[in-house]
Amino acid sequence: MNGGHDLGGMHGLGPVQPEPEAEEPVFHDGWEKRVFALTVATGALGRWTIDMGRYARERQHPADYLRHTYYENWLAGLEKLLVEGGLVSAEELASGEASGPADEAMRARVLQAANVGPAMAKGGPVEVAIDAPPRFALGDRVRAINRHPTGHTREPRYVRGRTGVIHEHYGAHVFPDRSAAGQREGRHLYSVRFEAGELWGESAVPAGAVYVDLWEDYLEPAR
Amino acid sequence: MSREHHDHAHKAPPSEVALRVKALESLLIEKGLVDPAALDELIETYEHKVGPHYGANVVARAWSDPSFKEWLLRDPTAAIASLGYMGRQGEHMRVVENMAKVHNLVVCTLCSCYPWPVLGLPPVWYKSPPYRSRAVADPRGVLAEFGTELADEVEIRVWDSTSEVRFLVLPERPPGTDGWSEAELAKLVTRNAMIGVERAKAPGEGARAR
Repeated sequence: MNGGHDLGGMHGLGPVQPEPEAEEPVFHDGWEKRVFALTVATGALGRWTIDMGRYARERQHPADYLRHTYYENWLAGLEKLLVEGGLVSAEELASGEASGPADEAMRARVLQAANVGPAMAKGGPVEVAIDAPPRFALGDRVRAINRHPTGHTREPRYVRGRTGVIHEHYGAHVFPDRSAAGQREGRHLYSVRFEAGELWGESAVPAGAVYVDLWEDYLEPAR
Repeated sequence: MSREHHDHAHKAPPSEVALRVKALESLLIEKGLVDPAALDELIETYEHKVGPHYGANVVARAWSDPSFKEWLLRDPTAAIASLGYMGRQGEHMRVVENMAKVHNLVVCTLCSCYPWPVLGLPPVWYKSPPYRSRAVADPRGVLAEFGTELADEVEIRVWDSTSEVRFLVLPERPPGTDGWSEAELAKLVTRNAMIGVERAKAPGEGARAR
């Protein structure tokens, strides 16, 4: 979706304003820690994929997305995921009162403290074995298809319609557009190099390129 | 988000958002969907254990051991795992090497993708709209705001983390460090250097003033 999250090339958002590295805390307030931990812990219940998580945060009014702090966006996404995933009802969320315990199957999957280390070390690899051979080879010229899906996608607006060169074929990874709907389907994934001038025209930096990871469905051959 | 916004949020008495989070946590505990001890363990892990000192060890090893560096560039996920750093948000690693005529910079324009096992959780500026919007279109301007000036002929390669592949920049080893131990070298490797917004510190350079 062409939402408030797709920021590459947007103007008017101001300078970066980094805090000095040696002084920046990991979290800036106690509630940020809890939102972080609640999001990761409930993710372990297996009711949503990482792309569903991203899509939940993206589906806010762009003005809200941009106004919120980072963890406020996480909180908005988490509330949406919990309700849409059937873990919490809208009434429970509004009242803060549980109408009853979660079902046994979910309770059995709760992330326990002793499993935090192993679960984080295991992670969630996204390689998928597929039969289809890759359509593109290293050095091929490709165009990012000018597509505007209303659902989740990881093809940023600033590359759509632009031509680049295949830099690397990573193999087949879970396809986010389908993963955001809960489907685990593999598609070939490539690193594509776009020259800065192709993306930004005469305002491009003197020498530069942007490398973007793009799935095969986002690409077509170019001359 | 601006720093003013942060400071304001920080000073405020129990904010609406803090109360909302507290209510949500209580609800999830009551329903039996989260273990409070697991929440504490997650926070402890990412606040105090995992962090850029892990990535600095990877870089220092690469600077010291040519065969490790070759492995790191060829099969980064495995090479990094050999030092004990692996898992969530680092399942598929790539390492990009800075050289005299090539400078690499990492961003996630669509959200906040970042290599947790080697850098920990990202700083606020990395996740902020100003950085995400400008790193791809105006990398020299962004680098200048970090005090990093590059000659015009240096090619800037920006890596937009749109997939589950995560990028770590291998900075150039600073001159004047011949014979240094890995532990000494690691102290020169900042988080910002591994994102690519700064160079590694020079010998004798203290905390960066900004």
